Order: sequence, then structure tokens, then C-alpha cells
Amino acid sequence: MIEVRDLTKHFGTTHAVKGISFDVARGEVLGFLGPNGAGKSTTMRMITGYIPPTAGSARIAGIDLAENSLEVRRRIGYLPESAPLYGDMEVVDFLRFIGTVRGIPQSELGPRMKRMIERCGLEKVVGRAIHHLSKGYRQRVGIAQAMIHDPDLLILDEPTSGLDPNQIVEIRELIKELGREKTVILSTHILPEVSATCGRVIIINEGTIVGSGTPQELSAGSDGKAVVHASIRAGSEKVIAEKLLLEDFIEEARWEGTTQEGLHRFSITATDADRAGEMLFAVIVKHGWTLGEMRTESVSLEDVFRKLTRGEAA
Amino acid sequence: MRNIFAVMRKEFRGYFDSPVAYIYITFFTVLSTWLFMRSFFLVSQATMRGYFGILPWLLLFFIPAVTMRLWAEEKKLGTIELLMTLPLKDVEVVLGKFFASFLFLAVTLVLSLALPIMVSMLGEPDLGSIAGGYLGAILLGGAYLAIGLFVSSLTENQIIAFIIGVTITFLLFVIGEEFVVYNAPDAIVPMLKFLGMGAHFDSIGRGVVDSRDVIYYLSLIGFFLFLNVRSVESRKWK
Ligand SMILES: Nc1ncnc2c1ncn2[C@@H]1O[C@H](COP(=O)(O)OP(=O)(O)O)[C@@H](O)[C@H]1O
Ligand SMILES: [Mg+2]
Repeated sequence: MIEVRDLTKHFGTTHAVKGISFDVARGEVLGFLGPNGAGKSTTMRMITGYIPPTAGSARIAGIDLAENSLEVRRRIGYLPESAPLYGDMEVVDFLRFIGTVRGIPQSELGPRMKRMIERCGLEKVVGRAIHHLSKGYRQRVGIAQAMIHDPDLLILDEPTSGLDPNQIVEIRELIKELGREKTVILSTHILPEVSATCGRVIIINEGTIVGSGTPQELSAGSDGKAVVHASIRAGSEKVIAEKLLLEDFIEEARWEGTTQEGLHRFSITATDADRAGEMLFAVIVKHGWTLGEMRTESVSLEDVFRKLTRGEAA
Repeated sequence: MRNIFAVMRKEFRGYFDSPVAYIYITFFTVLSTWLFMRSFFLVSQATMRGYFGILPWLLLFFIPAVTMRLWAEEKKLGTIELLMTLPLKDVEVVLGKFFASFLFLAVTLVLSLALPIMVSMLGEPDLGSIAGGYLGAILLGGAYLAIGLFVSSLTENQIIAFIIGVTITFLLFVIGEEFVVYNAPDAIVPMLKFLGMGAHFDSIGRGVVDSRDVIYYLSLIGFFLFLNVRSVESRKWK
């Protein structure tokens, strides 16, 4: 659905985004996690066609943004950070404007607006000027306008920031529901947010990706666990996985592919982060396998976040 | 078309969503009527020459005030991010905003039609030159609007947009005047005279519509709308 390559953005001397690459599959809910100023919004602004990158490329649904940003914009629903909406407009008028510009035929516009209003729980405020709405309602109007044309891809920049706990739960439920049928990218600087809504997380700090994985993978390291990446040469990957799982300290051994040289790449989740590498090495020697490469994932969610918070304070 | 119309509708209604539009229109109408009455009873002739003489100077302040918010406010409030990530061509947005402000000007001018109606009840004015005066006002106003709209896209500060708008409009209006070209090198005098907005306005106002004057204004409008599209698209992927 999305292929981003080496996306880079400089604002004068500020290097806001420093060569970010990632893919998003159709139907995925991806979270950008990182502190304020990490470059999340800047990345989203490039993907949505709002600002051009200094370097790099992005393809959405196979369409190169540099070649046809109009077509890309057609397929995206976007909620910019802090939901900048036309405050003087009434909710219905605003949705009608967006729907019209989104090319929804006049005859379908009414029913479509009605559905968005129901889905986002806006019945009570349809006739009100947007600047009279609470932050939670504004955010919902923002999501409604992003979905009105039924896009495949939704990009939501901090959809829950500034909301009270009840509103946060509601918006999260809405996003989870959306995630069942659509591809969603959302950003947040709140750790629990990603585990509540996202299937996969990319951690961004100072304009670069410093970690990625499922929330489970990422939090694996935080309670004394570690992820070890090892390339092992031995019979079949199945046999290796079986034998690895016999070890007490290994919780999961995921085969990630086989290199051209015949090395099976594994991502191994182990308890006892400090000694995981050492113990795994002993297992490999015990079975007489060959070890191509071994690397213990140092960026656990906690680690990253400790670094992130330090960066924020500095 | 549909997109241009949608943007125009949003912008035009935007004027009336706040009291500002009513204040502008009232202010403009009262001021122009008062200035007209003064000169009307002074010369006591059934003519609107005095009115069309002051109109360019009133519009000089009125129009940048009408256009200053069109882009600057979007930038200030961040709504430009929403607008420019919609599947709209830049030229559609620019034209939508331009036509909305144009309609606003038209409404204001229509309200001033009370004056020629009054004049023709009191005497026998030259209706041709009144019609010419209004055509000139529409064209001149359109050019002012295009300038003001472009300037608004350069800043997020409405006051700055207003001041720069007035300045550029003023310069373009007086550039062909006698006292400006007096000291200019002879070679560029005809060019300056052609570029100045004032002379074209006067010539249309005499009631003889020369296509060159019309084309002049349309080109000026086109030129500033083009600059506007360029200034907007520079922030986007192609
Ligand atoms: N228009 C801009 N001009 C200059 N600097 C900017 C601009 N937009 C963002 N930045 C800078 O780029 C960095 C990344 O910002 P941003 O993408 O908004 O971070 P995040 O969304 O992760 O909080 C920050 O240092 C910010 O100050
Ligand atoms: Mg941000």
C-alpha cells in the first residue's frame, strides 16, 4: 500500500526527517511513535502530498507521489495534527464541502454524510459551528471528514492528543474498527497508545527510525527479555526452530528467511536479556551448527524511550 | 468546475459567517455615498464623474481588506494543510478564492447602484459613461483582488498582507501618472503609461470601451492569479 524510500526533509538547517524508509501492507494499522519534534508530522505531511521532500520518494497504492500527487490525495483520508478545521463553518456544511471536493456525487452526498455523522457520533452537534465544539468532537469531525470518501488509506496525526480519557477510549475504538477494513497510519507520543491500536510500530527519533516491530516484539525487551537475530547454518529451518524451542530461555524462534549462502535467519525472543546472546551461542555450539551472524536487539521499547525522553529534556 | 464552485461557495459564505463582511460593506457604502454626495452637490450636475474619481482610492483600501484573509488565515490556523491535501488542483483553489472575493465586490457594487438611480431621477446623466464607470470598477477591482489575493498567499499575517497589498496596488495604479513618469527616461515612458492602472480606468470611464483596456485588465488579473498558483504549488509535490 505504501512504499517510502529514503524520505528526507530539511527546513533550513533543521534536519527534520533524515532518510526514512518503510512499507505498509494493505490492512495494516501502523503507529509512528516518538517524542515531540521527532519528525512524525513532517513524514506524514510528505506522504499526504502537503510538502515536498528534500530527497527520497513515496508510492501510495503503486502511484508515485512525485508523478501524480492529485491521484494519491484522492485515495488518502488525512487528519492533520490538532485537527485544523474551518471553525466558522457548521459541521454539516463542512462535511458537505469536503464531500463535494472529494467528488462524491450529489445524490450520494446526503446518505454518506449521514453515515459519517452516525459512525463518528456527531448527531448532537451537526448544526453547530466547529469552533464551538469540544476538542473531542472536533477530533471526531476531523476523522469524519477523513473517511467521508471511503478511502483505503487513513493517515491520522495524533488522533487522541488533547482528549480526556473517555474520549481517548472512544477514538481508539473507532480506529480499531477502521483498522479492520482499512490501512491506517497514526502517530502518537504515548507508549500505551500503540499497543492499544496498532499492529505494528515504527519508533522515530530525531528524524530517523530507531526501531520497529509489533508492540509485543517491542515490549519484549522491556521486561528483561531480548530479541536476538541470528543466522544459522544447519539442516532445515524447521529442525533448528524445534531444537531452539526446547531451550528454557527461548520463548519464540521465528524464521525470517534464508540467505543466498544458505544461512537461516531467525528472530529469537529470549528471557534474560543480559545473557541471551551467550546462552544462544552455547546452544548453537552444542548442536554443531554454524553461526553466520548474531546480534542482540538493543532497542527495546524501554531503552528507546529512555533515550527519547533524554532527547526531549535536552 | 465543480471544485472551483465548491471552493468559491465555501469562501463566499466564509465572508458572511462573521460580522466582518457586514462591517466592510456598510463602511464602504456609507463612505462612498458620503464622498459622492459631497461632490455631487458641490458641482450640482447630474454626473457620476466625481464618484468614479474617488472609487479607485476607496477600493485601494477596501479590496486588500477583502482579500487579506483568504490565504493568510488558512496559514495561520493551519487549515491550509487540510485544503492542500484535498484532491484539488492549485489553480482550482486559486480561482475559487478569486471568484468568491469577486462576488463579494460585485455585491458591494450592486448596493451602490442606488446612487446612479438617484442621479438619473434628479437629472439626465450620461448613462453610457456610468455603465463604463461600473465596467471599469469591476475590471479595476478584479485586478486589485488578484493582487491582494496573491499577496495574501505570501504571509500568514493578515495585517502584513493588507499593507503590502495596498502598497503594490498603489504603485501599479500611479505608475503611469504624469507626475511619476515626469522624471523617467523617455524610452520607458510609454511602457509606464501603459502599465499604470489609472489611465485605463479613466479611459473606460469615459464610456468608450477600448478592447485594449479590457485586455490590459484581464492580463493583469491573469498574471497575478498565475503568480498565486506558483506561490501555492511551490510548497507541494508536483
Ligand atoms: N515548517 C517548518 N519549518 C521549520 N522547522 C520545522 C517545520 N516543521 C517542522 N519543523 C521541525 O522539524 C522537526 C520535526 O517536527 P515534527 O515533524 O512536527 O515532529 P513531530 O510531529 O514528531 O512532533 C522539529 O524540530 C520541528 O521544529
Ligand atoms: Mg507532530
